[in-house]
Amino acid sequence: MDMTCVDEVLSCADPDSWRPGDSWLAGGTVLFSYGTDITRGAPTRLLDITEAGWEPTRWNTCDSRVGKVDGRVGELEIAATCRIAEIYGFASAGNLPQPSSAVPNSELPGLDLFAPCCDSFVASWKIWNASTIGGNVATALPAGPMISLLAGLDATALLLGPSGSRRSLPVADLVLGEARTALCEGELIRSFHLDIATLRQPCAFRRISLTERGRSAALLIGRLLDDGRIRLTLTASTKRPHIVELGDDANHPATSAGLHAAIDAAVEGNWHDDIHGSPRWREAMTHRLGEEILGELLAWQTIPNRTGDISMTRRPA
Amino acid sequence: MRNEDTNSEAADSGTAENSRTVESRRTATVDGRPVPVDPEPGQCLRTWLREKGSRGVKKGCDGGDCGACTVIVDDEAVHSCIYPAHRAAGKTVTTIEGLGTPEHMHPVQENFLDAGGFQCGFCTAGMICTVASMTEEDKKDLPRSLKGNVCRCTGYRSIEDAIAGHRNIDPGNRGVGSSTGALAGPGVVTGTVRYTMDMDPDELPAPLLHAALVHSTRAHARIRGIDTSRALAEPGVVTVLTHEDAPSKRFSTAQHELVGDDPKDTRVFDDVVRYYGQRVAVVVAESQRAAERGVRLVEVDYEDLPAVFDVETADSPCAPVIHPEAVDVGQDGAGEDGTGQDGTGQDGEDPGIAHPQDNVLAEVHHHRGDVEAALAESAATHEATYRTQRLSHMALETHGCISWIDEDGRYVIRSSTQIPFLVRRTLSSLYDLDPDRVRVYCERVGGGFGGKQEVLCEDVALLATMATGSPVKLELTRKEIFTATTVRHPFRMRIRVGADRDGKLTALAVDVRSNTGAYGNHGPGVLFHGVGESIAVYNAPNKRVDAMVLYTNTLPSGAFRGYGLSQMIFAVESAISTVGRKLGIDELEMRRINIVGPNDPMLGPHDEPEEDLLIGSYGLDQCIDLVNHAMERGAQRWEEHIAAGHGEELSEEWRIGTGHGIAMIATAPPRGHIAHADIELAENSIFELRVGTAEFGNGTSTVHAQLAATMLKTTTDRIRLKQSDSDVVTHDTGAFGSTGTTIAGRANEAAVKDLITVLQKLAAPRLGVSAEEVVIAGDQAVVAGSAELCGEFAAIVGPIRCERSIPLETLRAEHIARTGQPPTGHGYWGGTPRSVAFNVHGFRVAVNMSTGELRILQSVHAADAGVVMNPNQCRGQIEGGVAQAIGAAMYEQVVIDESNGKPVTDILRQYKAPNFADLPHTEVYFAETSDELGPQGAKSMSESPFNPVAPALANAVRDATGVDFTSTPLTRDTIWAGLVEAGVDSAEPDDGKTIAT
Repeated sequence: MDMTCVDEVLSCADPDSWRPGDSWLAGGTVLFSYGTDITRGAPTRLLDITEAGWEPTRWNTCDSRVGKVDGRVGELEIAATCRIAEIYGFASAGNLPQPSSAVPNSELPGLDLFAPCCDSFVASWKIWNASTIGGNVATALPAGPMISLLAGLDATALLLGPSGSRRSLPVADLVLGEARTALCEGELIRSFHLDIATLRQPCAFRRISLTERGRSAALLIGRLLDDGRIRLTLTASTKRPHIVELGDDANHPATSAGLHAAIDAAVEGNWHDDIHGSPRWREAMTHRLGEEILGELLAWQTIPNRTGDISMTRRPA
Repeated sequence: MRNEDTNSEAADSGTAENSRTVESRRTATVDGRPVPVDPEPGQCLRTWLREKGSRGVKKGCDGGDCGACTVIVDDEAVHSCIYPAHRAAGKTVTTIEGLGTPEHMHPVQENFLDAGGFQCGFCTAGMICTVASMTEEDKKDLPRSLKGNVCRCTGYRSIEDAIAGHRNIDPGNRGVGSSTGALAGPGVVTGTVRYTMDMDPDELPAPLLHAALVHSTRAHARIRGIDTSRALAEPGVVTVLTHEDAPSKRFSTAQHELVGDDPKDTRVFDDVVRYYGQRVAVVVAESQRAAERGVRLVEVDYEDLPAVFDVETADSPCAPVIHPEAVDVGQDGAGEDGTGQDGTGQDGEDPGIAHPQDNVLAEVHHHRGDVEAALAESAATHEATYRTQRLSHMALETHGCISWIDEDGRYVIRSSTQIPFLVRRTLSSLYDLDPDRVRVYCERVGGGFGGKQEVLCEDVALLATMATGSPVKLELTRKEIFTATTVRHPFRMRIRVGADRDGKLTALAVDVRSNTGAYGNHGPGVLFHGVGESIAVYNAPNKRVDAMVLYTNTLPSGAFRGYGLSQMIFAVESAISTVGRKLGIDELEMRRINIVGPNDPMLGPHDEPEEDLLIGSYGLDQCIDLVNHAMERGAQRWEEHIAAGHGEELSEEWRIGTGHGIAMIATAPPRGHIAHADIELAENSIFELRVGTAEFGNGTSTVHAQLAATMLKTTTDRIRLKQSDSDVVTHDTGAFGSTGTTIAGRANEAAVKDLITVLQKLAAPRLGVSAEEVVIAGDQAVVAGSAELCGEFAAIVGPIRCERSIPLETLRAEHIARTGQPPTGHGYWGGTPRSVAFNVHGFRVAVNMSTGELRILQSVHAADAGVVMNPNQCRGQIEGGVAQAIGAAMYEQVVIDESNGKPVTDILRQYKAPNFADLPHTEVYFAETSDELGPQGAKSMSESPFNPVAPALANAVRDATGVDFTSTPLTRDTIWAGLVEAGVDSAEPDDGKTIAT
């Protein structure tokens, strides 16, 4: 809808230009759907960051924060302005680290999570032609599937603020609650960074909604870490992402009972409640989907149970 | 709203060097034409495109969730309502009108036309742009690829057919019995047909002003004052109108033939607000932007009053009186039946509220026999309380109208309405205008479902035009639809039913509370209708009805497809199945034993049957058998399917069950429903048919053309339809209660007969035969005998020369020479007597006992629509009704915070109108009957398919799980909670457990 509160639209990605009453404009699909900024109130100016020219995705040969340069690919960088359509097609479009022969598909199973997370949007694929990954994170809705994806892959966000401020924060910590983030006044998300070691780990995906292809009521991503522990990221059923670990060195064993205890300890009963699912059902489904992920990652079952309408397809090697 | 920021100039050097004001003078290519991109700040692409004349782009949900605004930007489909307009610069935008034209259609447009892949057509432009952007791979997964495209009318089957390239429309423009396509079809699929807001402002006599409403932020309050000064200071704002500017007269937003049927408790603007969201003022401005900005600057000073939200306590002595103004005026308890209605409709008299001091709008109590004694002696009894939720009609076109003063000084209102004539009547009464000084009309309406049988915007637009002298547009937002129009009445229904050992019902008793919200509008009618046919369809010696509709400080309820029956039928049909189960009697057998037969009296909440309600044809028994057989075939297919290794066998967590429901409905509303029709022999042997009824996807326009074409032995392309305009015919009560065919059709029939008589008389002397021997066929009057063959031939191949015939052109010329007028027939139908239509639904479902997931494995519907006028259209009405009912049964709910009356549901993504993925295919079967009362044997079939669906689903879930679900919607979390509460989740079903959810 028209944002009649807005007096001016600028093409600008410079936090120093920010003033009170501004909102960053990325894809615009959330701002324009409400006619206001649900995270900070009706803006009088929109600062459009989509013309900043940021490369949507790129493989960095090293972790710039560490400064380690050995020529090997260290991370995947995704610009905040990367559109969902580009995320969806990323794994299948031959966007592998160069030289591609160095890293066969089967060595980066984490990329298999991209498509089902995009499909978890309640919005049409047409919206993906405008929506951005950064916009989804900055909106901070419990069912934001890019939050699920990035938190599920331990991604960090690079945040730029006024006066040249620059900091990194895990996505799981950037989202604080429903439509609440740790972004400061004038701060924007520049990019997300995914360690290639994370992308190499086996992973599993489950989600359920009240309706077929509806808004996620619970979305869980699990990974088998290099040391044998299971890291499980809970989203959609909770007000913000929660990460639980299961295994020998973790607080909870990788068993059904351990899973339930770990989830309950993390969420502390703070299940999300809205028209898209009752808290009790979300809780039960989170336990169930968590068990299915455990079963899949630990190979408890040869044919794992797959609840839900969207599943992860593994790309051939 | 920080207004002072509005005019901050660029002198403020806060913008850094690397930021620049978005270049506004660049151009976009829109449907092949260069257009400068100069949007208002924050404008979305949809608004900008429509302003530039691309009115094929539709405003549906305005939040990115319905897809009606889909356009293609540089080869990528986007939802233009959430796409910033400034980004169009330098891009190529293709709308539905750029895709193809009526002369040169895009293949997808042709496919939608051939498949009849639309009803109201408001979603069609976006649907076609979406499909045109799909890859072949996308088309193989429509549940995914049509996510975010909402069609409220069809149930998606015909859209799926269009995408697959199937043809459903019969060629040849034939009359009754053929699946002839909608007359407006080419316009619908090319985006050129006009809906209410698609008017070119240049057609108006003066510059258009835009209106936006201020709504209450209190559930119950007296307005102490309204400060409009800041709003008036906003650039572009022309005026702000409040209760001080509006008539003090009270009226009912609900509309029926008899004014006195609806309670007069509403003012255009009131100085008391009775629900959160009630309109308080209107801001009129030179632009929509200025009007909306003005709205945020109006300051209302409220004095809060106590409020009541719970219908169960609304009549307690502690509850505030919601309409105290009626206490002094109304005669408490007027009328034998306690309805308080005197039917006079005179202003200043009885407002028509039964007990205003108790917040009781209307009630009905009827006892027949001795229910208590019968229940005590019954072999089996069942008692439970059922509840239904608030629903939004979710017509894709929101309510809206444009009003102006024409060159004759008349007020003209172009509105999205089902009832142009009644709107005119209400407006002229409200503003003390001679009805001749008001014209109300609609072109194509983008869906109604009962929601537009109400005056919800026209009164304000007219007030604004009267105040300013200018044309004024008032288009409600989707948020306003959810929070400030009407919803389906929530019903609480306590049912008691008893049966003897053989399954014969001994007693049926209902105790009902309906919540009308803050205003009465359709409250009485919905209550009386609800407890009518739902009870009358069963023979039981003892019946008892105690029903009340009460006021609360919540969003008003209104007319909704089914008009009270869908609620009552959910309860009654659930209860009948349950009592049958207790006796070990199959639910369809239970119906066969107890349903009203063709010669039985239909007894509802009255001692005697309604005197004008007859069984004009009886097909309920056929419908039950049709569904029964289809369900048996389906079960067999399912087993063969699994045995053959197709599809996945459901795991042990899933339980399968079947359920059924039946419904009876009167083919027209009671207490009068009038239609006039005229048909004129126009130039070139074209017949101009004029009817009052409106087209909003119901397909009645096609049926009208078919009725006339059949009688005139011609084809529908020879019929030019003019409709839904108070200038076109004398009167038409309107398109509600499924009357477009049954009543306007009868008037049409009468008009055509009249015209034929005129033409016969003209032709007889020239042909040298008596008038009765003359037959009108094609473009000729011919002598009977030679005519039959000739006429059939003419209907197929067009105008031909026959022996002993005379061209209609000649007769027309003669008539004009004699009378100065072309030959014209006039028809009228008073809407009585009425018949009944029947619908039966069956489901086979699977329920996951661990997750609450509910899958519909088979959906079967049988209908007794009398003689089916247009099989494809009628099937579409049924599929659409079933789809909307599945939405009501499984997904949809308008949520209001019951603690403070605040609306929660305010955007489409919070209201689950079914998408493609949410609906099964429904098998549709027709009983073979011919109604004595309907036009050419037809009966109504718009509302009724909705009614038996919810109980059929609940009965199927009960059969699968062993748990009774007594509330809708049956969402996954609700089912899961019910299973857990009954202790049967992932365990053996425990028969007999009842839970209230």
